Amino acid sequence: MATTSERPRDQESGAAPRRRSATRSLLRLWPYVRPVRARLFTAVPVAIVASCLGLAIPLVLKWMVDGPVADRDPGGVWLGGAVLLALGVAEAGLFGVRRWLVARPLASVEAEMRAGLYRHLQRLPLSFHDRWASGQLLSRATTDLMLLRMFLAFPLTFLVVNGVTVLAGFALLLSQEWTLGLVLVVPAVPLVILCSYFEKRYSTVARAVQDQTGDLTTVVEEGVLGVRIVKGFGRHRSQARAFRALSLGVRSTELRKAGLLAAIWALIMTLPELAIGAALMLGTVQVADGELSAGTLVAFLSTALTLRWPVESLGFLLAMSQDAATATDRYFEVMDEVPAAAGDRPAPAGAPVVPRQRDQSRGGLRFEGVEFRFADAPADAPPVLRGVDLHIRPGETMALVGATGSGKTTLTALVPRLQEPTRGRITLDGRDITALPREELRALVAVAFEEPTLFSATAGENVLMGADGADRADLLRALEVAQAGFVHALPEGDRTQVGEQGLSLSGGQRQRLALARAVVGRPRFLVLDDPLSALDVHTEALVEAALRQVLATTTALVVAHRPSTVLLADRVALLSGGRITAVGTHQQLLRDSAEYRQLMSGDESAEGEERR
Amino acid sequence: MTTTATGPPAAEDEEGGGRTAAGDGDRAGGDPFDHDVLPAPKGASFALLRSLLSPYRPRVWLTTLLLLLQQAAVQAGPLLVAYAIDRAVPAFRDGDRGPLIAVGAGYLGCALASGALQYAFIRSSARISQDVLLELRGRIFRHAQALSVDFHERYTSGRLISRATTDVESLRELLNEGLEELLGVAMAAVYISATLLYLDWGLGGAAVLSFWPLYLLIRSFQRRSMRVYRKRSTAIAAVIVAFTETMNGIRPVQAFRRERANDARFRELNDRHEQSNGDAILEMARYVVGSRLVANTAVAAIVLWGAYRVASGGLALGVLAAAALYLRRLYDPIDRLGMFLNSYQSAAASLEKIAGLLAQRPSVPEPAEPLPLPPRPVEAPGREVVFEEVRFAYRTGGEVLPRFRLTLPAGQTVAVVGATGAGKSTLAKLLARFYDPTEGRVLLDGVDLRALATPDLRRGVVMVTQEAFLFSGTVADNIAIGRPDATREEVERAARAIGAHDFIAALPDGYDTDVRKRGGRISAGQRQLVAFARALLADPSVLILDEATSSLDIPGERAVQRAMDTVLRGRTAVVIAHRLSTVEIADRVLVMDGGRIVEDGTPGELVSGEGRFAALHQAWRDSLV
Repeated sequence: MATTSERPRDQESGAAPRRRSATRSLLRLWPYVRPVRARLFTAVPVAIVASCLGLAIPLVLKWMVDGPVADRDPGGVWLGGAVLLALGVAEAGLFGVRRWLVARPLASVEAEMRAGLYRHLQRLPLSFHDRWASGQLLSRATTDLMLLRMFLAFPLTFLVVNGVTVLAGFALLLSQEWTLGLVLVVPAVPLVILCSYFEKRYSTVARAVQDQTGDLTTVVEEGVLGVRIVKGFGRHRSQARAFRALSLGVRSTELRKAGLLAAIWALIMTLPELAIGAALMLGTVQVADGELSAGTLVAFLSTALTLRWPVESLGFLLAMSQDAATATDRYFEVMDEVPAAAGDRPAPAGAPVVPRQRDQSRGGLRFEGVEFRFADAPADAPPVLRGVDLHIRPGETMALVGATGSGKTTLTALVPRLQEPTRGRITLDGRDITALPREELRALVAVAFEEPTLFSATAGENVLMGADGADRADLLRALEVAQAGFVHALPEGDRTQVGEQGLSLSGGQRQRLALARAVVGRPRFLVLDDPLSALDVHTEALVEAALRQVLATTTALVVAHRPSTVLLADRVALLSGGRITAVGTHQQLLRDSAEYRQLMSGDESAEGEERR
Repeated sequence: MTTTATGPPAAEDEEGGGRTAAGDGDRAGGDPFDHDVLPAPKGASFALLRSLLSPYRPRVWLTTLLLLLQQAAVQAGPLLVAYAIDRAVPAFRDGDRGPLIAVGAGYLGCALASGALQYAFIRSSARISQDVLLELRGRIFRHAQALSVDFHERYTSGRLISRATTDVESLRELLNEGLEELLGVAMAAVYISATLLYLDWGLGGAAVLSFWPLYLLIRSFQRRSMRVYRKRSTAIAAVIVAFTETMNGIRPVQAFRRERANDARFRELNDRHEQSNGDAILEMARYVVGSRLVANTAVAAIVLWGAYRVASGGLALGVLAAAALYLRRLYDPIDRLGMFLNSYQSAAASLEKIAGLLAQRPSVPEPAEPLPLPPRPVEAPGREVVFEEVRFAYRTGGEVLPRFRLTLPAGQTVAVVGATGAGKSTLAKLLARFYDPTEGRVLLDGVDLRALATPDLRRGVVMVTQEAFLFSGTVADNIAIGRPDATREEVERAARAIGAHDFIAALPDGYDTDVRKRGGRISAGQRQLVAFARALLADPSVLILDEATSSLDIPGERAVQRAMDTVLRGRTAVVIAHRLSTVEIADRVLVMDGGRIVEDGTPGELVSGEGRFAALHQAWRDSLV
């Protein structure tokens, strides 16, 4: 299978790549870092002190060599040793304090960002989720956030710490012997410039690797989720080939990345060594001429050695920062999406309470001129729904019938505002659904989907999540209605774990649990999308009998494919060409509508038998 | 995203009952599948690593050699310093510039060589590690695909996915960033100790002695952090499972206002990960501080002793200088060694999990010596299927199908009906070889299914299930899964035959519509039609339809049934359906109950009889208009 990049940005903003500023990207992390700023920023001076203590060690060495050693005073050596030990212990201790300071806060920033992402994603509209493969979302929640934690742990602190250390070290070198110091300091400039040049290229490649890895993840997911088809058609070889092609892509990008890394390291190895070599020659001459003490030369070389790590690290710290900036962009790419509820206008304070039952014409569930087109549909494509007018009276059950792909499921998704109509409005008991808070709306309207999804929870919890405050009696009643008695026979009854991390249930079993979930809260409005499709004839008949009682007291819209389901309803609406073309009882429609006849019997000439 | 089957791939009806018993047994015995790590034989991770590396042995040696030379060039520096101070300075004072020039040339050479060798080494080692990763990714993927359906029913997709992604990722980190570090550090330690011993055995000996506390430190760190890292990676896997589950089921999540409850549940898992993540970072801190402390103490002690000896005239100054420089080089990388150990730990934990997965043997293995199917004459009406004394029970006990025999003559269309849990799908899965029978054999034209190579088996038997999963790619790609070399005409013909052409042609890009990009646009019923077309294109001699029309509307179902007449001609077909309309096209009906075939006859015989089928059929007639 050809798997192309799933990233919607390719189509949306890919044309004009925005010039990114790493700093600006990283600054966006501030709100997450803020809560831990005290510890994080205390850690910086601690690390600076620790790092500068390291610089003092060569000075002690110099004092020892030029003092007690040169004076042949073994006793004086002890003092030097004691100072060295004290410095060493202090340095180690301070670095320990730094790590202790940041450990928990960093883990908490990562966790906070992940929880925030998850929270946000749950509230993004379905249209967003339709566009984004879950693999891409997952890689943001894991790999990218890990990169960010690493950034906060090292580059953020050490860019400062090492910068200060390098400056202090250079000052030390220059102040002791400026000619020798200059030899060591000057090469640092081209080193940092060259490094940052390579780092920039490196980060581009790094981003490519991240994206390719995301695509690879998608293929893995599909391979796992679609394993029955792969097996059923013996396609595992071609799947493996597709996977291999993608992983070969990752490999070649990784190799490119390694090539750049190799160049950076070669630079880092060579340039400072050349400088030290030059300093050594110059220093040797000066020592021989007596212009320089042997201790100073040793201290110089030792300081240069101490400074190597801070100088070298600047490059890779910058690279990590680049990676982190990329990760931040990827994170906010999703976080910047507007949640579904953002555009909600709050119900005006003191909104007139519409009398519920008095006004029959306004009560119930009403669609008025509802139009819907998918946000990413081509402009010239006709909308899926173009002007749906339908009124379901309070307490009435309306069956919705239409050919495959006529937009029935889309219409049902509009009621709980999983999708938003592009035009027109939907009212519940006279209240525009956009004026209701989503929470309230979705509490009012219960839905059962054609594809029943269970969550990793107990069977009972899966049902009870349909209503707030439903109790055990409600649970039992709902299971009864949905003919889901099999639940009691599960190993731990309704406390058996189901879903991804529990017992697998069959399609029919899942469908019955989903139905129980929809009816458990005795909702005022019920939207059922072909709720019985996976049931066998016997069970279907039993469910229908029980469901009839529930439907008697609710206002319901039931998508139906079969006469048996249609018969649950008081009236039937026929959806055709994006509009409701006929409304009436089953018999009326059988008599009057050829399309309906065909949908119900599959045969234009079939005659409707009277059954009720 | 909504195109993917939401939720876990569910087992069919039959599992409900079977798994109940199985579940009980497992819980008592501690089901390995309840845990994240599958049992693997001891040393499996090491064996895995070795087998991954073995094809690259020459390159491994070359890389090692490069590193040896590189370290030699790097570590020559302080030796040259000692030489400069002890020899070149006095020589220069005596007017001899030779030693000075030698030092300069030596230093220059070493610097250039170390850079060049470093470059070569990184490139070479990257080649190895990328090749290893490529192979490992491929192995996991292929293995996951090779594992039987019953494995996939038990090992959740989330965990499987994290094996192939997160766990490989941590290995990648080790190979990319850690391994050269470790080798470099080890090599440097050897070189430096040797040089110090050569310069002065006392100072060298002291440096070597300092390795002992470092070794103890590393060992204890390794032991303790292994626990922490394992906990952490289990925690992140749980986070991933929860994350994926929510994103794949976003519709019901939103419709049932699960957002807050999910937030709470996710927070709990996330907090657990945060805790173990923090533990891991602190463990690392403890190690780094400990190693620094040892290193700094050792430097102080050795320099003190060296300086004391220089002061008392027992040691040359240059040697002390070289020792001081060497000690810094020796201990400096230890911090980074900790970082390496960090990635080593998580990589080791990941490798263990991967090895555990790879150690799982498919319960439906490919035959070692496949037998060919007897050639099928052109006029043959399909192939004959025989269930010979077949019995099927889950490995954990629950019997699903008691011993039975069943012969399906070539070309027969057999409908299998029965209530939920009667064993219909298990029968189908045995025939499709998703499962192997516990006892007995399933024969296709006299050949045991277990003896058939996959390509033969899939040319022989294809099963269309109720869950019609679409892969990313175009609609045409999805149909062509049935036969990848099919032309566009053949794809369209298959789609037309099943009545899928009209809706496909109406999609924005027709057959080239990307099913992922227009994700939600393809309804469940349309997906079933695509799945049907896919099966048709595969042109198997035995076609199994397991609830394959459950999401179609009546006209769609009728169209499919009309098409069946031609489609099923020349094939043996097994049709499982809740809706009995399908039965009308069957030559023979099997009624199943409690895993047994309780009625067997032509539709006419059964309808007119008094049995279950007659009752079922009556109920179905009643449900129609």
